[in-house]
Amino acid sequence: MTANTISSTKEKQVPGQQAIDKKGWLRAHKWLILRRISQLSLLALFLTGPLLGVWIIKGSMASSLTLDVIPLSDPYVMLQALMSGNLPTQAGLIGVIIILVFYLLVGGRVYCSWMCPINMVTDAAAWMRRKLGLKVSSQFSRSSRYWLLGLTLILPPLTGAIVWELFNPVSLMFRGIIFGMGWAWMVIIAIFLFDLFISQRGWCGHLCPVGAFYSLLGVKSLLRVSAANRDQCDDCNDCFVVCPEPKVIRPALKGADKGISPLIDEMNCTNCGRCIDICDENVFNFTKR
Amino acid sequence: MSNKQGRGTSVESGAALTGTSSKKKATLNRRKFLGDTLKTACGAGLLGLGMGTYSRQVESTPAWVIRPPGALPEPDFSGACIRCGLCVRDCPYDMLRLAELGEPVALGTPYFIARDKPCEMCEDIPCAAVCPTNALSHELDNIDDARMGLAVLIDQEECIAFQGLRCEVCFNVCPLQGDAITIEMQHNRRSGKHAMFIPVVHSDACTGCGKCEKACILEEAAIKVLPMELAKGLVGEHYRFGWKQKKVAGKSLVTPDVEHQYNLPEGVTYDYNKGGLSLPPESQSDETPYSSNPLDSLKRLQNQESK
Ligand code: SF4
Ligand code: SF4
Ligand code: SF4
Ligand code: SF4
Repeated sequence: MTANTISSTKEKQVPGQQAIDKKGWLRAHKWLILRRISQLSLLALFLTGPLLGVWIIKGSMASSLTLDVIPLSDPYVMLQALMSGNLPTQAGLIGVIIILVFYLLVGGRVYCSWMCPINMVTDAAAWMRRKLGLKVSSQFSRSSRYWLLGLTLILPPLTGAIVWELFNPVSLMFRGIIFGMGWAWMVIIAIFLFDLFISQRGWCGHLCPVGAFYSLLGVKSLLRVSAANRDQCDDCNDCFVVCPEPKVIRPALKGADKGISPLIDEMNCTNCGRCIDICDENVFNFTKR
Repeated sequence: MSNKQGRGTSVESGAALTGTSSKKKATLNRRKFLGDTLKTACGAGLLGLGMGTYSRQVESTPAWVIRPPGALPEPDFSGACIRCGLCVRDCPYDMLRLAELGEPVALGTPYFIARDKPCEMCEDIPCAAVCPTNALSHELDNIDDARMGLAVLIDQEECIAFQGLRCEVCFNVCPLQGDAITIEMQHNRRSGKHAMFIPVVHSDACTGCGKCEKACILEEAAIKVLPMELAKGLVGEHYRFGWKQKKVAGKSLVTPDVEHQYNLPEGVTYDYNKGGLSLPPESQSDETPYSSNPLDSLKRLQNQESK
């Protein structure tokens, strides 16, 4: 309650304006820019082969070979293949282990904010929503994604097919960019419109089973965001506005008197670092658990 | 997860007010929670039903879609292939593609169209070797054992070999020429004089690479690679062919083994493979009782009378 009254007295138009004024545009977008670079260069690494003939990584996010030696495989899709009764090859297994270890360390949903191409689409929808001042949003549970995750793992043994890969917009977009889009644009536009007009942060924040799977890898990750200087918080609310998973911030930021640690100890924090960018009081930082 | 936490705090603050209202609130919350959960569960269930049904439909791949060598049979393939595209990348001939959205092939799975670019039957089978899931089986170690499909000379009206013309292009491009395709001679009944050189595919050797389909000189190929299950028939398991059984057993299993006889005049035999009907040697002389000249017959009659 108090947060709202204070923030309205601050007479601000754009969330983040204070941070830009105080820290400069570049520093107020540092992590965002780094994330976009990460997401785009991941695509670029896969594209140098087909476009320029320089093969650095080939394959796609589902499974790839780096410099013809290092295998990397998506544990989620491999798990679905396993559920339909197929064991990975040795290279496939090594690839899964490398990726698992990586995300267990840096946080599962780093996949979302630093790798996933759909994240650029849904972030754009969220940004547009703020710009247009759209408030209406149909409500459904954030736990829906875990139901969907369960579904995508139950369908393979029932049907014998990796059913989710017929729909998965993440691989659809990634593969589309590298191998050819077909009608995949339609799905990407649909997700954008869904997030923009139907449900705020609807796809990544409520439905996507890929994000749900990776969130489970992040329960005990080493890399975390911490509201270390939470006593500096002036309740401007900006971090809540830009965070793709706003619920994860409150306990860490406001839990001082309840003895809750300032560490954002929530598997659905995507380690995107937008709260660090947007806070003009430098409340947040990346830290290790 | 975070939902539960949120509820927890609201109940706590309720408890600070009065005991009864907090209880009411708690039951309301529980009811709402149960209702929400039920709603989500039902939604997920319905979605699952839809996705499952759709996936069954997608499994029926069109006949012109050929999977790379070593691909598991269809239902298993879509359970194993993770749509990574590594096979596509490692094919040195760049002839595989991944199904895009809108194509009638399970999204993201690899296939090729023989008439566009056939499989060149690489000896080291790089496409299968790189597959991380065994969707392209690593057990395939000899490309000649691949069974991507089966070539069928499907249009015997248009194939110019059946018109009596010499073509044999499909035979000549086949990597397993002489085993997978042979040329069989047939009598040309139209001309009455010539042979027809007919390409015949043998399923025990054809890999389904599609080079023949690619090379067919017609506007639309007369020889096409079809999925095994479309191209092959299967004789009932109870069938026993006498001549095969005889070979296996070394003797006839039917007693007595009577040789087939035609009801022909003394000394005349018939064997299709030995030129058909054959007469006894003495009857093969050119002599006939009658001369080709009718006057001779007349003379002979007169002679007889004068005697
Ligand atoms: S929630 Fe799903 S779509 Fe969104 S960023 Fe994560 S993986 Fe990508
Ligand atoms: S055997 Fe060679 S030509 Fe055929 S699909 Fe595999 S890599 Fe391509
Ligand atoms: S390499 Fe294997 S898993 Fe990957 S797309 Fe090809 S068949 Fe599918
Ligand atoms: S598909 Fe055609 S070219 Fe290839 S092995 Fe079979 S008969 Fe020969």
